[in-house]
Amino acid sequence: MMIITSGCGMTVLDPEGTVGEQQRDLIILSITFMLIIVLVVLILLTYFLVKYRERDGHRGYDPNIDGSVKLEVIWTAIPIAIVTVLSIPTVYTIFNIEEVPEASTENEEPLVVHATSSNWMWIFSYPEEDIETINYLNIPVDRPVLFKLTSADSMASFWVPQLGGQRYNMAGMETELYLQAGTEGTYYGRNANYTGEGFAEMRFDVNAIEESAFNEWVADVQEDAPELTQGIYDQFMVPGHVDEYTFSGTHLEWVDHAIDAEYAMEAWEREGYEPMNPHASDAPDGVPRLDIDVEAGSVETEDTQNEETPQEQDSHHHH
Amino acid sequence: MNLDWDEFIVTGEPFIHAGQISILLTTLGIIFVLTYFKKWKWLWKEWVTSVDHRKIGIMYIIASVLMLIRAGVDAMMMRTQLAVPEMPFLGEAQHYNEIFTTHGTIMIIFVATPFLIGLMNVATPLQIGARDVAFPFLNNLSFWTFFWGAMLFNISFVIGGAPDAGWSAYMPLASNDLSPGPGQNFYLLGLQITGIGTLATGINFVVTILKMRAKGMTLMRMPMFTWTTLITSLIIIGAFPILTVALAMQTFDRLWDTAFFTLQDGGMPMMWVNLFWLWGHPEVYIVILPAFGIFSEIITTFARKRLFGYTSMVFAIAAISGLSFLVWVHHFFTMGAGPMVNSFFSISTMAIAIPTGVKIFNWLATLHRGRIQFSVPMVWALGFIPNFTIGGVTGVMLAMAAADYQYHNTYFLVSHFHYVLIAGTIFACFAGTIYWWPKMFGLKLNARLGHWMFWLFMIGFNVCFFPQYFLGLDGMPRRIYTYFPEDGWFGLNFISTVGAFMMGIAFVIFVYNIYYSYRYQPRETTGDPWGGRGRTLEWATSSAVPPHYNFAKIPEVKGQDAFWQMKQDGIDPNEIVEYQDIHMPNNTGNPFIMCVFMFIGGFGLVFHWWPIAIIGAIGIFICMIQRSFSRDNGHIVSAEEVRKEEEGIREGQAHENG
Ligand code: HEM
Ligand SMILES: [Cu+2]
Ligand SMILES: [Cu+2]
Repeated sequence: MMIITSGCGMTVLDPEGTVGEQQRDLIILSITFMLIIVLVVLILLTYFLVKYRERDGHRGYDPNIDGSVKLEVIWTAIPIAIVTVLSIPTVYTIFNIEEVPEASTENEEPLVVHATSSNWMWIFSYPEEDIETINYLNIPVDRPVLFKLTSADSMASFWVPQLGGQRYNMAGMETELYLQAGTEGTYYGRNANYTGEGFAEMRFDVNAIEESAFNEWVADVQEDAPELTQGIYDQFMVPGHVDEYTFSGTHLEWVDHAIDAEYAMEAWEREGYEPMNPHASDAPDGVPRLDIDVEAGSVETEDTQNEETPQEQDSHHHH
Repeated sequence: MNLDWDEFIVTGEPFIHAGQISILLTTLGIIFVLTYFKKWKWLWKEWVTSVDHRKIGIMYIIASVLMLIRAGVDAMMMRTQLAVPEMPFLGEAQHYNEIFTTHGTIMIIFVATPFLIGLMNVATPLQIGARDVAFPFLNNLSFWTFFWGAMLFNISFVIGGAPDAGWSAYMPLASNDLSPGPGQNFYLLGLQITGIGTLATGINFVVTILKMRAKGMTLMRMPMFTWTTLITSLIIIGAFPILTVALAMQTFDRLWDTAFFTLQDGGMPMMWVNLFWLWGHPEVYIVILPAFGIFSEIITTFARKRLFGYTSMVFAIAAISGLSFLVWVHHFFTMGAGPMVNSFFSISTMAIAIPTGVKIFNWLATLHRGRIQFSVPMVWALGFIPNFTIGGVTGVMLAMAAADYQYHNTYFLVSHFHYVLIAGTIFACFAGTIYWWPKMFGLKLNARLGHWMFWLFMIGFNVCFFPQYFLGLDGMPRRIYTYFPEDGWFGLNFISTVGAFMMGIAFVIFVYNIYYSYRYQPRETTGDPWGGRGRTLEWATSSAVPPHYNFAKIPEVKGQDAFWQMKQDGIDPNEIVEYQDIHMPNNTGNPFIMCVFMFIGGFGLVFHWWPIAIIGAIGIFICMIQRSFSRDNGHIVSAEEVRKEEEGIREGQAHENG
């Protein structure tokens, strides 16, 4: 795994896209203010301690001072002013990063990618390109990407620190996140929200590549990659770690986890997986690494989800 | 639940085996000592059944310190595991996950909260000039629910397996499907039992403070610690019922297949998150406001000045308590609730910085023109100011939602909340314990050891947690059990671990100091042991350790800092012309037994062993019925007895001073 670390060494302060840059600016602004506050407190504290410590020849003791309206108004007003000053760029940025990020390419229409978490792996579907990848993500550089986030089971959080802040993936719901990569490269992405045993390793690479290279890759995948079937897909519902995979077709054809929160549990049954007390004597040691059979065909299910296309339904958009 | 024997007793982990053996040995040791020295009866009569607020306070503090050791060992194990990349120390993720879950839960529920409740018990009734709390029976019950709830939670790591879904127990992760086994049930029932007692404490202290103040003590003359106790109790009454309901709903989901928060059948996992933080955010103020109160007392005492801006301090805590119910969404800005919602909660959260800032400056102003004595409680209070400020300003940074998307779930957050919880709450617990130690035990802890402990702990704390801000900004998420060399997080993590062990050593010094002081420190003879600097009524009692009726004569209050004023006016509150009968409550064994049944019932539920659960429930009801029908009007300490005791105390003082 390649991690691009910056000159100053801190990923979040060294963003490579417009979303992350806005957040970095906000962070730097706030750090500046906060350093000043801490300094003021430290200086006053030190000064008083040195000057008024009990000692021979102590001076200035006055036990009866117990307040001063003027001073108290001043130090109520100062925090109010600081909070106000910080609120404005905060609110501005909150709203701004919900919008399509500015792009320096002619293709300004955002690329849509569905990012679905499943214990403990990442499933990325490109509905327009009709391809799906597991545990890695290719995106065109510069072009904004709209991530539609959901989860098959536990709540996860989709995070690519160098591109921008995170957002939750929740089963039965869909959240959205815009990101954009300003430079080519491989970025470290991960689940930031604890999901149990396999959480620490629930990472993925984001490869930002030239638009033309991206299109070529898409065409190759459409042509050469094995086709995703429900039989293959169900194997990814079983908790465990898997390698990187690439498929043509997407699972959105038979399930959108943003609408159907129960799919994973049904898939467990089909796959014969049963949750087990981690302290049981026959419980596996650690997180299993799953071998996916990419030849597996489709499965017969009693309640076919296929009949209604998920996209037509009005998904539970968050709150 | 069908369990094999080896699933019931957790096996196969060397640390857990060590734990099991040490629990067994400690238990046997305690039984042996109590039997050998024939102390069983003493323990039962003087402590277990006691309704004396001071003794209940001491029991709270002892139990919290034991829990602090347990959760502290958890912390050391986690820091060891994270010291270097791919550390094999704890083996699999599962073990780390259980440890951070129990560490966090125990620290909040079984250390911070009860420790402060212990200090409230010790000091508040004395500060308002009362002989006891309003409901002494209930007070004893509160303690035992806490104790037995904590025991139920703690046995999980040797019996059945510890919970592993984090202290926030998010659904659906904490559901049967994703967290099978009894572990999470321990969390639910242990917290439920404890929570009942905490709620009762809240009610108890509100009534005590509103109804039992000495003559002349108007609300605006109350000591600051009493004020924070009152407001904290009100927050408890507002917040704990939410926890009770949320825990019950999750318990139903796990035990009886309801679908409040599950993935199946239209459950709403996000509802848990909301309910949890609707309680959880006020909870962090429950553990910080009393800390503010303690520091206010200590700073005024050792700066030898009145508190600067008393009125604005009171309004500040009231404002904080109100706002604390309006900010819970800041724990999940990343849930994508929309920019309007996030903006609202960003601003409401930042608004808390305003009253908090006022308080910081008022403390600083109290130092101005003071005569500052660097006693051990005072250095903790002074250390609190800058360290807590760092915690506070990083809190403001986290409140800026758009930036929080980058800090959330990272070590930046871990560092922030340890800065407020340790530099605020834990510093206050140490400071308050040392400050009121003479009131509890009649002697002062050794100051030289006390200073060593403070410096080692304070420096270790910063060495441990300051680097974590940078780890967070470098993208290190919380709750990971390991990382890789390529991540580049090794150096700062290693430093952090060194700091953790410095704090560990500091704590050992504290424990040694307790022993050393018991052996060698001189006994206090007056009720005002901090160089006559005492300002509030707890220092006005006749002797270092107040007699069980607290005050032979209830003092009359003429202003703020009541005792300080008496000293200025040359009034001796213990000069008594005519002694009077004192009415005191009787001891009771009922709450202890009732809580043992709660433990039994909870244990049955954890394992789905219904007969045991039913036995527990029946036991609880029998105790309630017994209580309802018992006529207990307390007892009278006759005027003659009081006179004898008070004269004895006077003689002792004269003898020492002569
Ligand atoms: C003695 C010093 C302490 C050390 C070295 C320490 C260390 C840690 C560590 C290593 C974690 C796990 C971080 C992670 O993996 O995400 C953690 C989590 C936590 N700590 Fe501490 N801690 C200390 C004291 C405290 C205190 C005093 C409190 C509260 C009063 C506290 C409350 C928590 C909480 C709530 C969590 C989160 C648990 C969770 O993620 O579910 N800690 N601490
Ligand atoms: Cu929702
Ligand atoms: Cu909060």
